[in-house]
This record gives sequence, C-alpha cells and structure tokens, in this order.
Amino acid sequence: MREIRYREAVREAMLEEMERDERVFLMGEEVGHYQGAYKVSEGLLARFGEKRVIDTPIAEAGFAGIGVGAAMTGLRPIIEFMTWNFSFVAFDQIISNAAKASQMSGGRVPCPIVFRGPNGAAKQVASQHSHSVDPFYTNIPGLWVVMPSTPRDAKGLLKTAIREDNPVIFLEGETLYNVKGEVPDVEADEAIPFGKARVAREGDGCTIVAWGAPYYVVLDAAERLRQEHGLECEVVDPRTLRPLDIETIVESVKKTHRCVVVHEHWPYGGPGAEIVDQVQREAFDWLDAPIERVAALDVPMPYASNLETLVLPNVDRVIEAVKRAAYL
Amino acid sequence: MASGIDELRQQYRRMLEIRRFEEEAARAYAMGKIGGFLHLYIGQEAIAVGVASATREGDYFFQTYRDHGIALALGMTLEAGMAELFGKDTGCSRGLGGSMHFFDPEVGFYGGWGIVGGHVAVAAGAAFRSKYVGDERVTVCFFGEGATNIGGFHEGLSLAGLWKLPIVFICENNQYAMGTPMSRTSPLEDLTLKAQGYGMVGDRFEGHDVSVVKDRVKTAVDRARKGEGPTFIEIETYRFRGHSMSDPAKYRSRNELEERKKKDPIAIVRQRLLEAGVKEQALLELEGEVDDAVAACVKHADEAPPAEESVMWSSVHAPTMAVPADRLPRGVVRVEEGSDA
Repeated sequence: MREIRYREAVREAMLEEMERDERVFLMGEEVGHYQGAYKVSEGLLARFGEKRVIDTPIAEAGFAGIGVGAAMTGLRPIIEFMTWNFSFVAFDQIISNAAKASQMSGGRVPCPIVFRGPNGAAKQVASQHSHSVDPFYTNIPGLWVVMPSTPRDAKGLLKTAIREDNPVIFLEGETLYNVKGEVPDVEADEAIPFGKARVAREGDGCTIVAWGAPYYVVLDAAERLRQEHGLECEVVDPRTLRPLDIETIVESVKKTHRCVVVHEHWPYGGPGAEIVDQVQREAFDWLDAPIERVAALDVPMPYASNLETLVLPNVDRVIEAVKRAAYL
Repeated sequence: MASGIDELRQQYRRMLEIRRFEEEAARAYAMGKIGGFLHLYIGQEAIAVGVASATREGDYFFQTYRDHGIALALGMTLEAGMAELFGKDTGCSRGLGGSMHFFDPEVGFYGGWGIVGGHVAVAAGAAFRSKYVGDERVTVCFFGEGATNIGGFHEGLSLAGLWKLPIVFICENNQYAMGTPMSRTSPLEDLTLKAQGYGMVGDRFEGHDVSVVKDRVKTAVDRARKGEGPTFIEIETYRFRGHSMSDPAKYRSRNELEERKKKDPIAIVRQRLLEAGVKEQALLELEGEVDDAVAACVKHADEAPPAEESVMWSSVHAPTMAVPADRLPRGVVRVEEGSDA
C-alpha cells in the first residue's frame, strides 16, 4: 500500500466522489482559487471548475443553509467550514434544519449533506479557535458524527459520508493534516462503513478508547506502558461517534477488565461520558476498576504554549490514568 | 373573458377553502384536538393563492410556520392538512411536524419552518439547485416583516443576489412581528429599500387583491425563470387573528381591525365575481361545496389513525446504505440498495 498524508486522503475522497457523482459539489470559504485554507482542496477547482468548487463570502449560516436546501432538492453538497469553530454561526442550519428535515417531514424530505473541516486545538490559536465540537453535534439525533484519526480512515469514511443519504458531521483533525499513513490504491475504492470501530493495537492489560489527535498520544502512551510496566494496552478507535460501535469497545473491556477513555473535548458530558456510561452498564460485571477519563482541562484554551500543553491530554496523563485503572 | 372568470372562481374557491379550513382548525384547537402552536393566515389568503397562480408545477416553495395557506393553495389536500394538525398518521408530515411543519414535496412545498429567518438560505439552496442543474424551476420564499431584521435573512438574500439565483423573496408584511409593530423594529418604512443592497430588484404593493398579487409576482417569477436574478417583494397585508392562538392581539385597536376587514381579500373576489355576472346562487353552491369539503376533512382527521411510533423512529434518518444494519440506532430501518421500499 502507498503512503499519503491525511490532507491528501481527504482530497482524494472528494475528488473521487465528485468524479463518480455529478450531484456532488464543494462549497466554502477559500476552497477554490485559494486552494483551501489548509490546502485540502488543492487542485479541485482546476479539475472541476467554478460550477462545482464554489468560493463563498464569509457567511457560514448562508452557505450552510444553501447546502441544506440544495440537499433537500436532490444535490449532494460538501460544505467546508474553514474550521469547525466557525460552524457556531451556522448552528441553526445544522441543528434546526439539516438534522430535522427528514423526521419533521415524516420522512418525505431527506437531507444528504456533508459538513466538514478541521476540528480541535491547533498550535496556540487560543480560546475561540480551539474547540473540539464533537460533544455539541453528537447530542443531536438525525446527524452522524465522524472523526477519523488516520489517513486511511479519513478517506474511506469521507467516501461513505458523501454517499450517505443523511447529514454527516465530518471532523478532521486540525493537527493531523500532515500525518502520513497507508491508504489503499484508488482502484480499491474503499468506503469504510459507519459504526465500526477499529482496534489499533491489541492487548489484554487495559482498554483505551481514543479518537482524533489524542489517538496518537494514546499510541505513544501504550508503547511506554509496555516498555516501562510490561502492560499491553488495547487501543480502540471508534472512528464514528454516532453511530457508536459500543459492541467492539465492550468486547475489549470484557477481555481487559479495565477501561480508560481519552478525548480532546471538555470533561462535562459528550461522547467521552457517553462511552463511560454505556461501558459501565454493558460490562459492569467484567470491570475490575472504575473507568477513567482523560480530557482537556475544564477551561477555555489559553494562548501561552506552556498552558496549552497543560490543557490538552498528554502521554503522562494517559499513563497515570491507565496506572490508576490497572492498580499499578 | 371566460378564462379570466374561471380562474377567479378557482381562486375564490381556494381562498375560501383556506379560510374555512383555518376557522375549523381554530375551533378544533379550542376543543383540544390540536396542540402546540397554531398560527393562522386568515386575512392574508390572496397572497398564497395569487402566488400559486403565478407559478407552475415543479417550482419550489418555502414558508415560515404560518404555512397552511400556501400549502393548500398549491394543492395539498385538506385531509392531509387537517390530519397533520390533529397529529395523525395520514397528515402531510405523518403527524410528526404539526401546524408549523407542513411538507408536501409533491406540490413543491418544502416546509413550514419554525425558526424566524432560518429557512431563507435553505430556500436559496433550492434555487441554487435549479441553477446547478440548469432547469427552469423557480423558488419562492415567504417570510414576515419580522424576519427582515435577523441574520439568516441577510445571508440568504446576500448569496442569492451574489449568485443571481432564480428565487423570489416574498415578505408578507402583516404589520406586527408577534406583538411589535414595524415602527418599533425597523428604521425603514419601505423594506424594499433593502433590495438594492443585495443587488436585486424590489417591488412593493398591497396584497388584498388576488389578481394584483398574481400579476406582480408573475413578473418577478418570469425574471427569475429567465435567469435575470432574484426579486425582493414586500406585500402589505394584515392578519385578522392574533399571532397565534394564545395571542388576544391587544396591541392593536378594534377600529384598526375593523378598517382592515373592509379589505377582506375574500369579500373582494366575491364582489368581483358578482359584478362579472356570476349568479349569487352559483356562489352559494360553491360555498356549500367548500363547507362540505372542510367538514369532510375534519371528519377524516378525527377518524384517522394516530401518528405511528415506528415512523417517528424510522424517519430520523433517510433509509441508508452507509450504516450496517446491526449498528443502526433503535428503530431505524435500513433499506437495501436496489429495493424499492
């Protein structure tokens, strides 16, 4: 298999799906002539022209709404938010309109749309530009929420998202765009189904559930736990937070008897708490210790580098949590 | 002109159907058969029916929560409407939408939207589709004067103007945003002054005469269909009832209401039909037919089966191929590719 970057994986998924289906178009700020604020859409304008790669004014509520209406009447829009932080001014379009159209019309008007863009903290972009939005959107029935950690998952899941008949919240890791990884050849046309977690590392010492940027923190922590404590951790990446593959997580916990959930979103609620809730009910008799969580600290993101490092989940905090869960 | 009289008679029937439908709805609401919010269109019927006459099959329509009038004007059945209000399975939205969320894509009606200003860009999205695929469908988007102050209105019109989308924005200015008169919410008296700022044509007129509405709206619809861009129309009108059923409308005087009722759009059409030679007896017969049809739709709604729990679950998502059946949330039905379910 060849190696490509996460950014290229996202681009390939859009390119292939736009070639496959004329109803698919990309719309957002700087997606065309500028080639994407993060260069994700580089080359797409030249390939598909201004009809299908559409630069917008700075008007998230407007172009998200245009996407919703276009989807309801038969097109398949990909709406890019330059970052998910800017989706808040389009919240009403996503929550009140995209997520509701199908059910409040009695199933008569589906809304096949993908909202995508970078999510989570980057490097010192401070409080208004560092949100992990997964808790906001996972709460809403009617939306699927996808958060791929690897290039292969990014490509395969985005292809599925574009073919999907329902609104999809596609959360790319802002700090993951340069991550390289193996991705199947174009001919493979791999579309990864929603609701299937991926076991990234096998072990019987402790289950660690992680997605997005912290996934890589967890892989490093798992390696150190093996070297320093001889503990083999099993790392599970849910890949899609809605629908959530709780079966795979529970199966792992029944083997390891311990569970740590690591995420970048704040500790109050969200998919992190949801996973803990479901695991304790589904695997209560198999647990040997309380389930631990590692989250961002419960503060708006500070600018200073030393404080930002403190706020985000890091290897040491993951190791401490696993040691508590494993009574080490 | 016979065809003119025939059309006027049709318009009269439609306007009367909407009026009687809503009067019955108000009665059923008082009896507890209809819940939630109920926003009546009584007094504004000439606009919905005039717009329906000015457009054609295949066009798209978006409205606020005051949506009964346009849905019925477009040809949605009285049964589907009343059953929806009663929360029944035979309702236009299977009893899941209610008064504010009528949908009937078969007549081009894409909703009944409950958040002020939130549907304006969505309507522009339907118009975007027409331009994208290159067909001649036109979109009509309704809202009240109260919506012209919120951001959703601005971004919807701004993009529609920028991209010259085939859409007609119709502001039904019924004078009050809930209980607040426009003099206290807008620095402008003439809202069409905003049109220029969005790079589109504006038009402004009174909306109690269905023929005037049809002609003026037709001009804008033709402009959109020819690819010449959107129009912003302000139609001055008046609702004879409160904002919703819980509103006694104490913010306006009885005199004001009585003055306005002299311009009842339905009385105007009736008078014109009589003047054109239609016999009183013929009108009485037509009115009797409308009364019967509305009574029948109430009976239907009363007797229809209640909304289905299975539909509540299965319609949250469109039947989908992306999620494996064993990973679907409770109640969601998956349809295999190739099946015609």
